[in-house]
Amino acid sequence: MNQDWGYGINKDRQIDFDRNDRRLAEYIRKYVPSYKLCISCGACTATCSTANLTDFYNIRRLNIFLMRGEIDEIAKHIDKCMFCGKCELVCPRGVNTRQVILIMKEGIKKIKQNEQL
Amino acid sequence: MNSFDIFVLPFAIGLYTLLIVFFAKVFDWIKHLPVGDRRKIGRGIRSRKLFGVVKEIFLESLIHRRIFKVNPLLGYMHMSLAFGWFLLIVLGAAESKIYGRDLLNTPWDPIFFKYFKHDTNEFHSAFFNFTMDFLLLFVLSGVFLAYLKRIYARLFGLKKTTKHIFFDRLAIISLWLIFPLRLLAESLTSGIYHNGGFLTDGLGSFLAGFMPVGHLEYTAWWLYSLSVGAFFVALPYSRYMHIPTEILLIAMRRFGIKTTTTFTNFSQIEVYSCPRCGICIDKCQMTSALGNEKPASVYFLNTIRAQKVKPGLSFDCMICGRCEQYCPVGISLMNHRLVQRNKLISNGYNFQFLKNGIPEKARIAYYAGCMTHLTPSIEKAMIKILEKAGTDFVFIDKDGGACCGRPMMLSGNFEGAEKLIEFNRNNILKSCADILVTSCAICYKVFKSNYDLPLKVLHHSEFILELVKSGKININKSGLRAVYHDPCELGRGSKVYEEPRELLSHALELVSTGYDRENALCCGGSLGNIMLGYEEKNKINAAVWKEMMVNDPEMLVTACPLCKKTFNKNAPVPVRDIAEIIADAVQISPVKPNHQLAPEQIAG
Ligand code: SF4
Ligand code: SF4
Ligand code: SF4
Ligand code: SF4
Repeated sequence: MNQDWGYGINKDRQIDFDRNDRRLAEYIRKYVPSYKLCISCGACTATCSTANLTDFYNIRRLNIFLMRGEIDEIAKHIDKCMFCGKCELVCPRGVNTRQVILIMKEGIKKIKQNEQL
Repeated sequence: MNSFDIFVLPFAIGLYTLLIVFFAKVFDWIKHLPVGDRRKIGRGIRSRKLFGVVKEIFLESLIHRRIFKVNPLLGYMHMSLAFGWFLLIVLGAAESKIYGRDLLNTPWDPIFFKYFKHDTNEFHSAFFNFTMDFLLLFVLSGVFLAYLKRIYARLFGLKKTTKHIFFDRLAIISLWLIFPLRLLAESLTSGIYHNGGFLTDGLGSFLAGFMPVGHLEYTAWWLYSLSVGAFFVALPYSRYMHIPTEILLIAMRRFGIKTTTTFTNFSQIEVYSCPRCGICIDKCQMTSALGNEKPASVYFLNTIRAQKVKPGLSFDCMICGRCEQYCPVGISLMNHRLVQRNKLISNGYNFQFLKNGIPEKARIAYYAGCMTHLTPSIEKAMIKILEKAGTDFVFIDKDGGACCGRPMMLSGNFEGAEKLIEFNRNNILKSCADILVTSCAICYKVFKSNYDLPLKVLHHSEFILELVKSGKININKSGLRAVYHDPCELGRGSKVYEEPRELLSHALELVSTGYDRENALCCGGSLGNIMLGYEEKNKINAAVWKEMMVNDPEMLVTACPLCKKTFNKNAPVPVRDIAEIIADAVQISPVKPNHQLAPEQIAG
């Protein structure tokens, strides 16, 4: 069984402020207050139903992409979430992860349609 | 009979305005109804279902039977207003037609009958005078209770009453005035001509003793006409639109029309049928435990009707079904919430990574569900029971399969849920099982309602009960006193109330709470609410614990892994799943190895 425990090595990337699109992160910050509690512990990924079935999904990493402002990366994977809620139940910090995902999807849709967030 | 005076105009204008506005709306609703729904109406009208429609309209729109069930006093209030007024109209019409000897008289003839007709000494007048006064008294008792409800709602079993919008206020004030003004007008007239019954004539004679009734009479009739007219004009824009709309709703529902995954004109009719009675406010734990009335269904329907649906409100609901259970109009409130979510969210999904494997074949397919995987003790207990009973089973999602689709559906993403359903359905069918058993109430709900499976679907509580009944497992009874919590999706969602109780009664002593079966509370962990944070869910759960502990149980037993996990956080007594209880109580009896049962033996 191919299990991604969320501790893989992220792709190397220099901090590049020009590429850091803060729109989505700010959007989440505004609508999901619990998001700021995330400590990137990876418990969510370890239990995630989708991450269990595919290498290309990792909810903790989506959070990191969000902070780095890499919206395209998030958009590539976000639709794989099955909304099962396991991540939310194991999160030690009480992050409302499903709300994060829902609002992320919403924000991405708006960004794609060039709407104001 | 001369029966016109300028004061009939407010009434007449109000009535015609109401009729025009209402029928224009009905025409528009029916015209834009989905074709399939229109056909159902066509077929329904010509079928025997029509009798059912008339019966239900009588019982619900006039007698208000479902409100009686919630609270008898509240029921009486609604009945006296609706049924009393209805009888006043019918009898009034009959009276005026008989006296005027005119079958096609004007609509205001009965309304202002007493003003124009003074010599009521024909043989049937005694009957009409008495009955009409009696009915007026009946309605007035309802009006009095309505005043009282505003001041002292608790008497009617309500903690909160609905906050009104402008048109509601206008309508309610005129409605509250109509009957007292009618009493006054008829009494003043009777004070002069003695043409009333026991009530109006009595009051009239009394008033005539110290009042210039002759001067006041005309003004009173004007006021009466104005109040009725104002009520009629405000009606289509107020909650009282429910009066005519509910009749339409009852008929259409009886003809088989429903709100499913899209918002149709039938859904619109459901929305307009809400009288804003407020029963749903108290039932909602968002109100009772969190003190937040805003998400209550009555206000949510208001936003739909005003076309101002906000995402926050749509997602701030646990889809627990308590409001729907008690809604006297029977509006499919949970569906409405989901349909609005579906409109609001981005419904993307990408499940290409799901690949159907080839599961082993067995008689029984066991599907634990995501939440059971998070509570391995339940899984272990189930495996123990399945093995002990010597069943031939396959564990479909042993390595953690795909989600059943119910949470996705609850988020409003019906399209994504459909994909997950298709995937799991294939897996289940490939196992060639005759029985599907699940340990999760959430999975059970979606398996039953949306999977359309050609096999028997059982929740583990039902399945284990079959095992016990058919003697495949024997269990020891202990004296432990436990309370059973009905999970929303199993109880109200799938109407499984008795099987878990029957099963548990084999193993322990059940004690009740004030919140059993249909009235069960949501544990607070619901996947239906996407707005609630950790703290708030905890707060709801703590409030539920208080109710569960009233009879001092030594344990709480539930039948849903999510409920178990949620209850565990605030637990004053141990929390266990029904499967764990049975697994521990199973007698060690010699079961022949590899003894396999035919499914009909197991599941009757
Ligand atoms: S489990 Fe919670 S805290 Fe840990 S990474 Fe996931 S969201 Fe963040
Ligand atoms: S809700 Fe989505 S992210 Fe969370 S565990 Fe389930 S599939 Fe993974
Ligand atoms: S939704 Fe049902 S319970 Fe709530 S106010 Fe309307 S009719 Fe009453
Ligand atoms: S479904 Fe439950 S949480 Fe939602 S409005 Fe009704 S009672 Fe409240």
